[in-house]
Amino acid sequence: MVNIIWAGMAVIGIIYAMFNGTMDQVNKAVFESADEAVTLSIGLISVLVFWLGIMRVAEKAGILRVLTRLLRPIISKLFPDIPKDHPAMGYILSNFTANIFGLGNAATPMGIKAMEQMKQLSGNDTASRSMITFLALNTSSLTIIPTMVISIRMQYNSLAPTEIVGTTIIATVISSLSAILIDRFFYYKSTWRK
Amino acid sequence: MGILTSVSTWLIPCFLLLVLITATWKQVSTYEVFVEGGKEGVKMAFSLLPFLVGMIVSISILRSSGALEAFTNLITPFLVFIGIPPEIIPLALVRPISGTAALGMTTELIATNGPDSFIGRLASTMQGSTDTTLYILTVYFGAVGIKKMGYALKVGLLADLIGILASIIVVSIIFG
Repeated sequence: MVNIIWAGMAVIGIIYAMFNGTMDQVNKAVFESADEAVTLSIGLISVLVFWLGIMRVAEKAGILRVLTRLLRPIISKLFPDIPKDHPAMGYILSNFTANIFGLGNAATPMGIKAMEQMKQLSGNDTASRSMITFLALNTSSLTIIPTMVISIRMQYNSLAPTEIVGTTIIATVISSLSAILIDRFFYYKSTWRK
Repeated sequence: MGILTSVSTWLIPCFLLLVLITATWKQVSTYEVFVEGGKEGVKMAFSLLPFLVGMIVSISILRSSGALEAFTNLITPFLVFIGIPPEIIPLALVRPISGTAALGMTTELIATNGPDSFIGRLASTMQGSTDTTLYILTVYFGAVGIKKMGYALKVGLLADLIGILASIIVVSIIFG
């Protein structure tokens, strides 16, 4: 699926450019965006190093275990195929917490660790049920405080920069609940087939 | 609402405080453990690099050729027909594909329409309540080497669609 989308976007773009005289822009975009992607990856180093370091300390200090134990009832319902005391739970919870507070930078490293743990559980290169549930929740966004948006609104002299927090929370809750339902639907659909 | 924003500024420093004090109290050799964990971050960033270059280049070819815009124009009449404001359509379509492009569009919509206009509020809500599905799938699956994504993309994109529709409905009801 991802192969078709990846190749498809580029193929459609290039063919479209042939007939619409935008080949120049495409040519430029290829090199500029590759550059942009490298800058983005390099920029990720600081965040990844810092948060993975801190999370390792938190893990050794037993903080992840406590966090997991506190919220286990909810999370184990969402991820029925992860064993109750598995470290994946701690990382999933840290990722959700960081996302909820709009700290996308801190959320990514924890999410990657969670994925790593889930991969160890499944032991192959196919996305497991819990990985998809986890990603569905991440893509639907769990943000309650959209810090980035608030700061843009402040820049443009909004009278009430935070007035959109309420609507964001409602929209987020709706999209996250739907993500869980859609995920469950596709999961059961995939098991019927077998 | 002031409380909510200060919660998010206090959260990280307080979390650091909690981690460092607990770890020291439990006699964890904090600095060494931190460095050991951090090393993993360097490796991870480099292993992500090819995934990001591939995806971002492909997306920008689609965008710079004008094909994405043409597609947007093509389906705009239909979306307007079902009640979606035309100004917001490019943002709604780009949000799941490219985070930077979406942020740029949100900023532009806020700048041209004003942050306290209907469109400004809608763009803000939409930006905050959905996430870049393609980026998340690329990074998370790429980092751990998952080759078969299963139904993940379908679930992610459908959830985006619902998030976008939910933003429009909620903002219409509350700010009308």
